[in-house]
Amino acid sequence: MSEGYLLKMESISKDFYENQVLQDVNLNVKAGEIVGLVGENGAGKSTLMNILFGEETIHETGGYRGTIMFDGKERNFSTSFDALEAGIGMVHQEFVLIPGFTAVENIMLNREITKDNFVAEVFGDRMNTLDWEAMRKRTNKAIETLEINLNPNMLVKDMPVGHRQFTEIAREIDRESTKLLILDEPTAVLAESEAEIVLKVIKKLSQKGIAILFITHRLQEILDICDNIVVLRDGKIQKELKPKETSAKEIAEYMVGRELSEQVSGDKKARKFKETVLKVEDLWVDMPGEQVNGVSFEVKKGEIFGIGGLTGQGKLGIANGIMGLYPSEGTVLFNGKELELNNPKNALKNGLAFVSEDRRGLGLLLDQPLSWNVAFTVMQVKEQFIQKHLGGLIKWRDDRAIAELTREYIDKLDIKCVSEKQFVRELSGGNQQKVCLAKAFAQNPELLFVSEPTRGIDVGAKRLVLDTLRQYNEEYGVTIVISSSELEELRAISDRIAIVNEGQIAGILPPSAKPANFGLLMLGKSELEEGA
Amino acid sequence: MKSQDTLNKTMNPVLKLLIDYAVPIMFILIVVVATPVSGFSLGFLANEIMTRLCRNSFLILSLLIPVMAGMGMNFGMVLGAMAGEIALIFITDWNIVGISGILLAMLIATPIAIVFGYFAGVVLNKATGREMVTGLMLGFFMNGVYQLLVLYGMGKLIPITNKDILLTRGYGIRNAINLDGIRQCLDNIIKLDLFGVQIPVVTLLVIAALCLFIVWFRKTKLGQDMRTVGQDMEVARTAGIDVNKTRIVSIVISTVLASYGMIIFLQNMGTLNTYNSHEQIGFFCIAALLVGGASVTKASIPNVFVGVILFHTVFVVSPRAGKELIGEAQLGEYFRVFITYGVIAFSLALYAWRRKVEQENERKKAMILHKASLQKQGKGGVSLEKIDN
Amino acid sequence: MKKKIRGIISSIGVPRLLIGLFLIALFVIAPFVDVRVDTSINDVIARFGMNAVLVLSLVPMIKSGCGLNFGLQLGVIAGLIGAVTSLELKLTGFAGFFAAIGIAIFFAIIFGWLYGLLLNRVKGDEMVVATYVGFSSVSFMSIMWLILPYKSPDMVWAYGGSGLRTTISTEGYWFHVLNDFLKIELGTHITIPTGTLLFFGLLTFIIWAFFRTKSGTAMEAVGSNPEYARSCGINVDRVRIVSVIMSTIFAAIGIIVYEQSFGFIQLYNAPLLMSFPAIAALLLGGASVTKVKIWNVVVGTLLFQGILTMTPSVINNIIKSDMSETIRIIISNGMIIYALTRRMKVRS
Repeated sequence: MSEGYLLKMESISKDFYENQVLQDVNLNVKAGEIVGLVGENGAGKSTLMNILFGEETIHETGGYRGTIMFDGKERNFSTSFDALEAGIGMVHQEFVLIPGFTAVENIMLNREITKDNFVAEVFGDRMNTLDWEAMRKRTNKAIETLEINLNPNMLVKDMPVGHRQFTEIAREIDRESTKLLILDEPTAVLAESEAEIVLKVIKKLSQKGIAILFITHRLQEILDICDNIVVLRDGKIQKELKPKETSAKEIAEYMVGRELSEQVSGDKKARKFKETVLKVEDLWVDMPGEQVNGVSFEVKKGEIFGIGGLTGQGKLGIANGIMGLYPSEGTVLFNGKELELNNPKNALKNGLAFVSEDRRGLGLLLDQPLSWNVAFTVMQVKEQFIQKHLGGLIKWRDDRAIAELTREYIDKLDIKCVSEKQFVRELSGGNQQKVCLAKAFAQNPELLFVSEPTRGIDVGAKRLVLDTLRQYNEEYGVTIVISSSELEELRAISDRIAIVNEGQIAGILPPSAKPANFGLLMLGKSELEEGA
Repeated sequence: MKSQDTLNKTMNPVLKLLIDYAVPIMFILIVVVATPVSGFSLGFLANEIMTRLCRNSFLILSLLIPVMAGMGMNFGMVLGAMAGEIALIFITDWNIVGISGILLAMLIATPIAIVFGYFAGVVLNKATGREMVTGLMLGFFMNGVYQLLVLYGMGKLIPITNKDILLTRGYGIRNAINLDGIRQCLDNIIKLDLFGVQIPVVTLLVIAALCLFIVWFRKTKLGQDMRTVGQDMEVARTAGIDVNKTRIVSIVISTVLASYGMIIFLQNMGTLNTYNSHEQIGFFCIAALLVGGASVTKASIPNVFVGVILFHTVFVVSPRAGKELIGEAQLGEYFRVFITYGVIAFSLALYAWRRKVEQENERKKAMILHKASLQKQGKGGVSLEKIDN
Repeated sequence: MKKKIRGIISSIGVPRLLIGLFLIALFVIAPFVDVRVDTSINDVIARFGMNAVLVLSLVPMIKSGCGLNFGLQLGVIAGLIGAVTSLELKLTGFAGFFAAIGIAIFFAIIFGWLYGLLLNRVKGDEMVVATYVGFSSVSFMSIMWLILPYKSPDMVWAYGGSGLRTTISTEGYWFHVLNDFLKIELGTHITIPTGTLLFFGLLTFIIWAFFRTKSGTAMEAVGSNPEYARSCGINVDRVRIVSVIMSTIFAAIGIIVYEQSFGFIQLYNAPLLMSFPAIAALLLGGASVTKVKIWNVVVGTLLFQGILTMTPSVINNIIKSDMSETIRIIISNGMIIYALTRRMKVRS
């Protein structure tokens, strides 16, 4: 049998197309145990949980290898409903609740208790009437189990965020069969006081014999409540630790990895810059999922400034806010002049350019030819590639000049395509990214924002994109602000790296700093309080 | 701070009420102004309104269930009306009269309406997010199919024996059919005279029964599922509800009810305008419901009755009022067509607009609360620039 | 080989192929049921000239992502105001025709601007709102036709009643000014309305040229990906309003072209359902809710008007009854439903 383990995942591997995301991962959980799962973005945490929870995307992309033993039986859940049936509950990072429904309705969603009636005999079970009293009782019981204060008749949209989280948890534990609960960053959106209650609830549940898989970025929480800590990195288990025998620093080190420090610091000399080109003061950006809560920093002329941090902490919001794509407040000085916020055209006119992380959504005109994609912004903002007729009354698009420009960039950046007339939708991810770069370069910007430049493109193209950026910086002296989830990439290219945590800058480090320090900043522990 | 002001400047509750009920308030004003001008006696008006209440309520009630399932105003109810008409043509042909005629018509209409409703449901599922305009086009489209069936098929492919309802050429149904056999037979079973107002008790009881059905239906598992689907299809799907099927069922129920509603409507009218009766029905019913204060996502039983009374009062008085005011009865005719369309245009636009404004307000509010909670924790705006090097 | 055929079929589109084959079949059968092919061709060309501009008017709004212009009636109304005002001023010939267009454009700009403002506030629900805006504006204008102070005896009710007549003849004013301009007679039964076709050609050229300018490029980008356009500093709402005004102006011109060819100005409820055949024709030509090319206008109008011309004459001669109206309803509305239910890219 499974040696007392409730869950035994053995040598789990998974690849998306050629990309290996999990490799021989073993994970064991006993009943009533709290296991913390830590790792950077892309370390494979979510994929591992999705496999366990039977998410359809896993099967659509070719399934996984390895075995899962749960509750004494070998399992291969093909849908999440199978997983629920078997006794696995999951609380997602984003609320899966209906705002217009009460807590009762949400907790009992599609598991409502009904009373029989004669109509149902004819037309089937769905004509049974709901037994509100029984449902309320059940809800109260779940709430009592959690020992929390939650009004079952309150609409979810009127609840504070913490109570929404309780509703989600209550829904999972209301299933009597729940033996294992996966919590994906349950505290990410909560204030500290609320988070504390959630942690208490988690402890309580474990005392009742429910096993918990707990994913969080807040290291202190892991140290406080977990029985076991598993650190994932690059799809492999890096280390298993006991909270009593470790420290936040050690976890951070395992998470970020030790080995890369040497590799990076060697091949680049520290450059010195004087003049400040961009000064950001108390910038707030309301970008959903990437909120920025008052950041201040300076970027020097000619440098490459990296912005790192975990997903959802706000690193992407900074560039999007300054470029006017999401509502923002604060002061941004560009070349000493105040930049009007919330006005994309103004930002572009002032010589800023942006390569968006949302390539397909916002960065490209997928159903238009390459030439349009490269030249459109320049044409609209700077009125280049336009022939004026009748004294400027008619602004005719100069298709020949546009084609020439596009061909020039196709050569320069080695974009693989049939011709400049090809639709961008037909290109590979890497080549689409190069089109985005060409679009930005064509604007001859003074300062270039680049967000997640290598996301979703293959290894060869990654290298090329980064080289292109650095070359562009060195040749033309263009200042680059690059935001990326991949620390290695930032360390390879940047002169300084700011780490964003919970919408604020946790610290700014040189690329040669110790990896563990980056890790600590990412997890919200400033270097200062940790000491050296 | 400027964002703080926007939070404090939450909308004046009176203003909000005015905007929420802009359409009913507008209609109350028209009624108040136009009724005295028209010079109709109260007794006459009361009788007219009672007649129209009995005639239309059932049809309008049939719209409620798709609203619950988040599919908006069911412009496809025209299909149900057609099913009812087809059934009435058959019973007239067979010369089955009285209550048994009505019941048989309902029996025949049911399977036809189920087929139509299922078809409509499948089409609307393919047009998620633009159900209303698709439903509208579906009504126009099925009108062609109906013509094909009734104008060319009946008497040729479908045997019709009664020469009186056939066109002189030998096939195809006439433009107008006399429904003498069932004229007001439901209304006349029990008729009370209350201060000179004729009250068709049984018809009202039937309408009351439908109201009870809807109230009960909301409490069933299926009703709850429809509400869930209406609120958030994605969440409903993750909870294991068969979203597409639930939506189809809601349209089928609505279509079947509309076919019954049409039969009740026509027994009161006493004549069937074979090719025109159903066309306008959808517009009038939806306009009436919106006048009653319903929106695309929220419609209740009181909305139905308030709507019928207000809308039809304006309908009755406007031609006379137009004549008295400008000396042109035709003007009132055009005016009522205009308000029918205008009300729908206005309500739909107002709804779409408000949804946008509310989303924006939500966002601003969340941002301010978020900021406030951060500042309370003393985290706001601390720059750690000093760590640099 | 099979693959190739399938490729050709999918590039033409199944509905277009079916309707096209149906139309060819009608032309083949025509001589056998005593329908003259040459008069039929003449009718198709004449109707093409009458309707093509109305169909063309839909193009700017689709290009900017506002969807099918179910509120086409608004432009038609502007055109009607232009037409009756020009008649009231007793202008004849080209002067009358262009005066009508000039006045119509003035009103179309105002209507289009207001309509555009409204559509920007109901993004995502444009089509259903537009439909009812179209309907209610037609019924509102019905009131206006009654009470506006037009005086010309050619237009008001003869028997002392007030208000305009339901149909007003353009005979003696600018009837066939375009149709007869440089007209070519081929035999006795075919007359090519050169002027009308040239005028359509001119308007088509204007649309084509507009989409090669800076503003036209911006409009196409807005329709293609509004988020992209916004990130490039384009004022998306303004571009959409411009497209709505353009569509409204072209619809206004379209109805005037229609009237000079048809010979009558139809008021009151006549324009009520005018948007549907125009939209159906464009969709038949291969456009979708989000994508359109100029040739869709030409192909669609030819096919649609071809069917409308041929079915009454041919089918009626075969089965001896007039099914044309029913067939028109089924084809045009069926085409629109087909387009609405086709899977399209996810809206932001």
